[in-house]
Amino acid sequence: MSTTDVVVTGLGATTPLGGDVASTWDAMLAGRSGVRALTQEWAGQLPVRIAAELAVDPSEVMERVKLRRLDRSEAIALIAAHQAWADAGLKDSGLDPERFAVSFGSGIGGAQTLLNQDDILEASGPRRVSPHTVPMLMPNGPAAWVGLELGAQAGVHSMASACATGAEALSLGLDIIRSGRADVVMAGGTEAVIHPLPIAGFASMRAMSTRNDEPEKASRPWDKGRDGFVLGEGAGALVLERADHAIARGATIYARLAGAGITSDGYDIVQPHPEGAGAIRAIRRAIEDAGITKADIVHVNAHATSTPVGDMTEIAALLTAVGDHPVLTSTKSMSGHLLGAAGALESIATILAIRDSVVPPTINLDDPDDKLALDVAAHKSRQLDIPAALNNSFGFGGHNVALVFTRA
Amino acid sequence: MATRAEITSGLAEILEEVAGVNPDDVAEEKSFTDDLDVDSLSMVEVVVAAEEKFGVKIPDNEVQNLKTVGDAVSFIEANH
Repeated sequence: MSTTDVVVTGLGATTPLGGDVASTWDAMLAGRSGVRALTQEWAGQLPVRIAAELAVDPSEVMERVKLRRLDRSEAIALIAAHQAWADAGLKDSGLDPERFAVSFGSGIGGAQTLLNQDDILEASGPRRVSPHTVPMLMPNGPAAWVGLELGAQAGVHSMASACATGAEALSLGLDIIRSGRADVVMAGGTEAVIHPLPIAGFASMRAMSTRNDEPEKASRPWDKGRDGFVLGEGAGALVLERADHAIARGATIYARLAGAGITSDGYDIVQPHPEGAGAIRAIRRAIEDAGITKADIVHVNAHATSTPVGDMTEIAALLTAVGDHPVLTSTKSMSGHLLGAAGALESIATILAIRDSVVPPTINLDDPDDKLALDVAAHKSRQLDIPAALNNSFGFGGHNVALVFTRA
Repeated sequence: MATRAEITSGLAEILEEVAGVNPDDVAEEKSFTDDLDVDSLSMVEVVVAAEEKFGVKIPDNEVQNLKTVGDAVSFIEANH
């Protein structure tokens, strides 16, 4: 390992599968689904009445008064970031704040605040609109809060690339450290839009599963019966650190973030390029950036959201850019699709797969698509020695982000 | 007509709700910002809630003069 490598030294998450990384990972390895029927009154009128809500509500771990001034996406970003900070041993470590940056994003941002405050505006007038509204709904809010609470002074950056946001935030963190602008970056993604309007919008696009009667079976990437993604909420945070900095302070190193590739399709606002051209270029760049070859990639945590078109486009891209040898999984089959947090959570899963030599399962893959020409760890987790793995993220707007992690 | 003690107690309830201030810490001589850690955005919430609770109008240019709990009590007492 070169001293200028970038390594991962801390992980944090709050997800539909657990309130922290350990419980989330245990649930993944056990093949548990975090998807449930929505019991809120507003759900009754919607065509989609299922989602993957947080396993641990922020109110269980954060003070009420603090929550009043945070959008849910900001609250969970803070919860995940504090976990990662403690996990990395950086709490009260005397880290130079001018060498510490934040790269954190959300796909949609403070939509719940915007919509809830609009309800107040309509019902009670402008004077009753909370003075916290703007800092709660601004898209840089999660990154800004994380930077504020952890004391980052080397820059606080906000990504927005839809469902590729979390991965792009990690990629920017890699760039920041490589370019010498910081020694440590808190990177990740957050999303909390389980609210009737975003659900109605995605449902109107016919992008979501309507398997309302079988919530736990609704997210089924690559299965013939797949009918759309399941919306999830959550946040994932990763401490990225220059390798020599991590070694000097005796930090525990999970893995290397060895390479990243970012491309844009330039094709359609929501449809992926039919041959996955942009995805292929992103994957190739990430592998090249990592200084390895496609033969080295033995595991892929795929984007695979359980949509009819997207899942198979990614398979075609993987066959071209990597080959037919890696063992795939889509942890979205269990967590649902965390949109802007997906790339962060799935990077955590990829890193833990490398650490524990195990591929978490893709549940609900009962009847694989005829074009699924790759080996998927269906139903059960699978032991596998993983020196290098790939994590893909694609977002509305034609964003493609591929990340390569290797064993440190 | 509320007494000063009743107004103080009403303000303490508001301060607890919007800013997490312990009601036992609320007294007339306490400064909102220096003693009770109420920041500028939370102060706006306190004002709006106090207007509703006590049926008064607290103009924005008056808010800057309300440094202590006692200042606010006096204003509410004189105007409600």
